[in-house]
Amino acid sequence: MSALKADVIIVGGGIMGASSAFFLRQRGLSVILLERGLIGQQASGVNFGNTRRMGRPIEQLPLSNRSREIWLKFKELFGTDVELLLNGHLRAGFTPAHEERMVKYAEEAKSFGIGMQMLGTKTLHERFPYLAPEITTGCYAPHDGHANPRLAAPAIGRAAVRAGAQVFENTEMTSLEKDGGDFVATTADGRIFRAPVALVTAGAWGNRISTHFGEPVPMIAKSPQMCVTEPVPYAIGPTIGAIAETFEQVVYFRQVARGNIVIGGGGHEPADIDKRRAYVNPARTLYKLKSAPRVMPAFDHLHIIRVWGGIEGYMDDSRPAMGPSARVPGLFYAFGFSGEGFQLGPGVGEVMAELIATGATSTPIECYHIGRFATPVANAA
Amino acid sequence: MGQPRVIIIGAGPAGVRCAETLVAAGLRPIVVDENRRDGGQIYRRQPDNFTRPYDKLYGTEAERAQALHASFDALRGKVDYMPETLAWNIFGGKLHVVRDQRSRSLPYDALVICSGATDRLMPVKGWHYAGTYSLGAAQIALKAQACSIGRRVVFMGTGPLLYLVASQYVKAGADVAAVLDTSPLMRRLAALPKLLARPAVLRNGLALVSYLKRAGVQVLTGITPVEITGSAEDGVRGVVIRDNRGHERSFECDAVGMGYHLRPETQLADLARCTFRFDHETRQWLPEVGEDGRTSVPGVYLAGDGMKVLGADAAEIGGRLAALAVLKDFKFMVSDDELQGLRAEQAKMDRFRRGLAQAFPWPAQQAAALPDDAVVCRCEVVTAGDLRRTVREMGAQEANRAKALCRVGMGRCQGRYCGHAGAEIIAHAAGVPLEQVGRLRGQAPVKPLSMAVREEVE
Repeated sequence: MSALKADVIIVGGGIMGASSAFFLRQRGLSVILLERGLIGQQASGVNFGNTRRMGRPIEQLPLSNRSREIWLKFKELFGTDVELLLNGHLRAGFTPAHEERMVKYAEEAKSFGIGMQMLGTKTLHERFPYLAPEITTGCYAPHDGHANPRLAAPAIGRAAVRAGAQVFENTEMTSLEKDGGDFVATTADGRIFRAPVALVTAGAWGNRISTHFGEPVPMIAKSPQMCVTEPVPYAIGPTIGAIAETFEQVVYFRQVARGNIVIGGGGHEPADIDKRRAYVNPARTLYKLKSAPRVMPAFDHLHIIRVWGGIEGYMDDSRPAMGPSARVPGLFYAFGFSGEGFQLGPGVGEVMAELIATGATSTPIECYHIGRFATPVANAA
Repeated sequence: MGQPRVIIIGAGPAGVRCAETLVAAGLRPIVVDENRRDGGQIYRRQPDNFTRPYDKLYGTEAERAQALHASFDALRGKVDYMPETLAWNIFGGKLHVVRDQRSRSLPYDALVICSGATDRLMPVKGWHYAGTYSLGAAQIALKAQACSIGRRVVFMGTGPLLYLVASQYVKAGADVAAVLDTSPLMRRLAALPKLLARPAVLRNGLALVSYLKRAGVQVLTGITPVEITGSAEDGVRGVVIRDNRGHERSFECDAVGMGYHLRPETQLADLARCTFRFDHETRQWLPEVGEDGRTSVPGVYLAGDGMKVLGADAAEIGGRLAALAVLKDFKFMVSDDELQGLRAEQAKMDRFRRGLAQAFPWPAQQAAALPDDAVVCRCEVVTAGDLRRTVREMGAQEANRAKALCRVGMGRCQGRYCGHAGAEIIAHAAGVPLEQVGRLRGQAPVKPLSMAVREEVE
């Protein structure tokens, strides 16, 4: 069987893979994208939908800002309205210690244009009167917001196709080998694809491929667990996340324009990447029922109409593997975004395209290099 | 090991007979039921202060209703009965239930799901106007509250329930404007050999039709629904159809009862992770069941209309069979004669079921013919045109993909009302077989869960 050739093979059609395909096409490279299921069907499509910058590690903010620029022209670039709503992000706290934490972060991140404002108790309750009285402090990022994850990655995927990327959905790659100068991808139905460059954007499944090339990463699969209320009149405004003492008490929520309130938190559930579907543990739904009214008491009058979860790869240092392989020329990675990938997605695609096309990127991503995990033994091999 | 912990979900005909059989074997099952009283939908018991006699409430089924209620009354003290309790999730070998805003998780060794059926609905333009009910809802209003859904009611759809509810309304003194059946008479004649598997039931069915005609109700067969007319402010004003000769006809009314036979309520089986298979005969996905209600998941059993729509009498048999399957799997002595007898009876029921499916077919072609401006998903207000655009312009060919992109089936009913029709529209627009469209993934909660619910600390 003759092989289909391109400049780059992308493995995995989440938001990282789809946007990489799009931006590689913008730079004139030919692209094959292989996706086992449908574009954006896994974590990219079922995450919370946060496009916030506030709260991200400082070293990530340049990448996050680059991504924000793309989010702002999403419709123009990708041709679809993905319900981007920039009504701010509010981090809420209960104690002076929480306030201290927020002040410290606001100070550290000052130069990145997030525009964070510390709000005292009085201002906080004047502006957001639905908050529980126990909330005494808040940090507000007026330009952050959220978008609809179900729509975003598929929209970017369609735009990539229109831009000339060859996107193969329902195509399971069974092997990826380096054969001389080319990577050769073989699929379950016997098709063969070749390219001198391969980019692995396989999310929670990325470790399988990096391990195959001698670069295992310390990553586990977990499932953030979401739920959503019935639609109610639009009233909340910012995405709100409350500081919590335990993982189970974490809660964050956003109201979509249609009125439903999406709620995340309650801890992560272990996930099995072989099953390709995450299940929601009812205990984690019940945690949210308990903690959400602690932030906004009116939640007690609403109903949960649906729950869901995705499968996300979490690195033990919470940083992705992003950049070139430390061992194999032509091989690139962008996976393991540890629950923070949705906002970064478009920016990661643009950076990876830049890196692949030009050999360098203006955005600092060195700390995400996969070589940080290399053990002396692996290096010797 | 002590006695197996058995939970039965549902106190209708299947659940009650299942409980009875388990109690007779010395077990003490938990019976979880959403309703305030036992009896299920078909033998729903009226509130305590209502005094309508059995024959008024249940007609030809009065004796069976009375017998079932008496059986359950006799089980009091021998089962742990949890009425007004919603089974909202199944996870890790536990059933999660809510009562009075308290959530509890109940561990089980065997779970028998007797979740019953609800109306299978086919959208029609205008069905989102206030005053449009499912046949089941129309019946509940009458049985539980002695209320009619309107002053002048049209019943439209197909299936035995169409005639039963219409005649119950006539008997109760309601003004029934017309009974409009989409299945042609010829289909019923062709199904006769199978329907003769249960001659008495067939006779009752025919009697309902002639009762309606004698009462002066127009009964039309082979119709095609065109539209429910009305307005957002005033609700339903009438029904427009094409009769079997293609002539357009309209009927004035202020309420419509609609249903196209029934569909099993399968979310709990889905949450228990049972395997489903596509049933070509009725064009829907159903849980795969082995002998006597065993599912693909060990310890999870199905009985009654929640497994397959066989009707109330078969549900009683199915409940007993599932109980025997539980007993057998937990090494209790089970009479083979009893088992064989029940299975033979159930086989007859299944022949009759197939006759009904043939006589009152799901009008799949109507989904394809729905005008673009007809609402398909009422919870999320997704029209047939929206759905078709999602297929044609966004490439969605699968049910969950279409849901992700245009919200069809994403609302509070989770696609229980629109899922089947939505899948038909996707299949038609994409030009793929219905089976390939798949089915909407079930997610908890089975019904909306109040956020005031707290976990009970034991």
